[in-house]
Amino acid sequence: MIRANKLSKFYGGKRALGPVSFEISDGETVGFLGLNGAGKTTALRILACDLRPSSGTIEIGGVDAVADPHEVRKRVGFLPENPPLYTEMAVVDYLKFAGELRGMTAAQVKKRLPEVLEIVDLGDVQNDTIDTLSHGYRQRVGVAQAIIHEPKLVILDEPTRGLDPVQIVEMRNLIHDLKQNHTVLISSHILTEISQTCDRLLVLNKGSLVGEGTETELSKEGEIRQITVTVRAPSGDDPKAQIVKILSGVTGVSKVGDAYEQGGGWSFALSTQTDCRAAVSRAVVDAKLDLLKLDYARSELENTFIRLVQGGADASN
Amino acid sequence: MRAISIIFKRELGRYVRSPIGWIIAALALLVEGILFQALALPGDNLSAIVLERFFYWAQGIPLFCGVLLAFRLLAEERQNHSIILLKTSPVRDSEIVLGKFFAALTFLAIILALSIYMPLLIKVNGHITGAQIFVGYIGLLLEGAAVLAIGIFASALTSNQIVAALLGTVFVAVLMLLFLLAKRLEAPVQGAIEQLDLWWLHYQTGFMRGAINLKDVIYYLAMTYFFLLLAVKTLEAKRWQ
Repeated sequence: MIRANKLSKFYGGKRALGPVSFEISDGETVGFLGLNGAGKTTALRILACDLRPSSGTIEIGGVDAVADPHEVRKRVGFLPENPPLYTEMAVVDYLKFAGELRGMTAAQVKKRLPEVLEIVDLGDVQNDTIDTLSHGYRQRVGVAQAIIHEPKLVILDEPTRGLDPVQIVEMRNLIHDLKQNHTVLISSHILTEISQTCDRLLVLNKGSLVGEGTETELSKEGEIRQITVTVRAPSGDDPKAQIVKILSGVTGVSKVGDAYEQGGGWSFALSTQTDCRAAVSRAVVDAKLDLLKLDYARSELENTFIRLVQGGADASN
Repeated sequence: MRAISIIFKRELGRYVRSPIGWIIAALALLVEGILFQALALPGDNLSAIVLERFFYWAQGIPLFCGVLLAFRLLAEERQNHSIILLKTSPVRDSEIVLGKFFAALTFLAIILALSIYMPLLIKVNGHITGAQIFVGYIGLLLEGAAVLAIGIFASALTSNQIVAALLGTVFVAVLMLLFLLAKRLEAPVQGAIEQLDLWWLHYQTGFMRGAINLKDVIYYLAMTYFFLLLAVKTLEAKRWQ
């Protein structure tokens, strides 16, 4: 469906994206994950043929998006961060306009409109002018304009931005519905949103692609486990340093994080490559200290994301 | 062509439905009516002279309305982010510009048509021909087309509507006052600068007096084409920036 090769974009002398290369297959739902300014929006705007890349090639559905953007735009529906709405128009008039702009005949739009209104659940407000609608409804109108022409590829840039929790759940359900019939690209910096809606992730940081794969695949790369251990403070000078010394000596513990006081003891976050809870507990008991608590957290997407982003930052420095 | 028609219909609908369009029209016609009553009619003049004076003051309509109708056309779309709908649809930048231009030109033509009662009064009470009126209006429309094109170009340069309006006004004012600069210069530069003037040479010495000169028609069409082309190229360039 999409094949990007050494894609890059500069705004003046400033690199916003790339060079990045990736492929996306038909029917996939792919999330572009990254912090603000990571290059997500730039990448999506290039894919939607709103912007031209500074260098590199991009094929969408076998068509060169740089050489023939006109043809590619027929196959793509795009919801930018700020929905492109004419607020003085009624919802149906706006959608008719959007459909006709995308090359549909009036008859095709008339036939398609009820389906779209049902998909995005806008039936109740279809004759209202857009400026009277709430933010959530406007976002749905934005999705409706992106799918009115039944594009193969739907691109949603931060689709849940500014929505309340109920609207976020509704938007997530809507994206699940879209997955049935479209290849969907979503950008977000909200990890839960991405992890719940996407089959695969592309992690961007400072314009570079720092990770690619499913959530599980990304987590396995250099897997990080975290153990939180809480130990009653021993008597004597500098109890914290004593505990750090004991924990650092445990086989498998690669890093002892900063300590904080909790429940009459000191808590330490340990980074490990293996599940070494047993060794940690033995080390604490052997040192005649009281073990108050031992938590284990397998690498989650948030850890993975932070690791990838920090790795990208290190690489770029 | 189909995309131009779709954009044209939406834009014209916007002018017709919005109060702003009619407020601009009402203001222009009010001022024109007052000027006609106060400055064109008084005195025992030949009806041809009165008509000439009417067309002199009627230039305010394309000059004033042209800038006001055009400045928001692209700047507002950028400010509201709605331009992304146009730019990500299978529509060429030239079709976007032309659709908007023809809508503004049509609304300007409607405003001009609403002023026709004034020359008709002169015709009923004097000895002028319908052709003289027709030629004058052709001149106003051509001048309006050029001003609209300049306004659209200004609108393409920025997403700030106030800046776009100011830029459009400055461009039009400079082109209107070139004849003053030309007076201070010597041939052949003087002639060249004179020929570029938007207001005096091509309108006041031709259309305003009921005469169609091919060079004047070509001048206004060329100015319109040139500034529309600049607007299209500006939109295209922004995709690369």
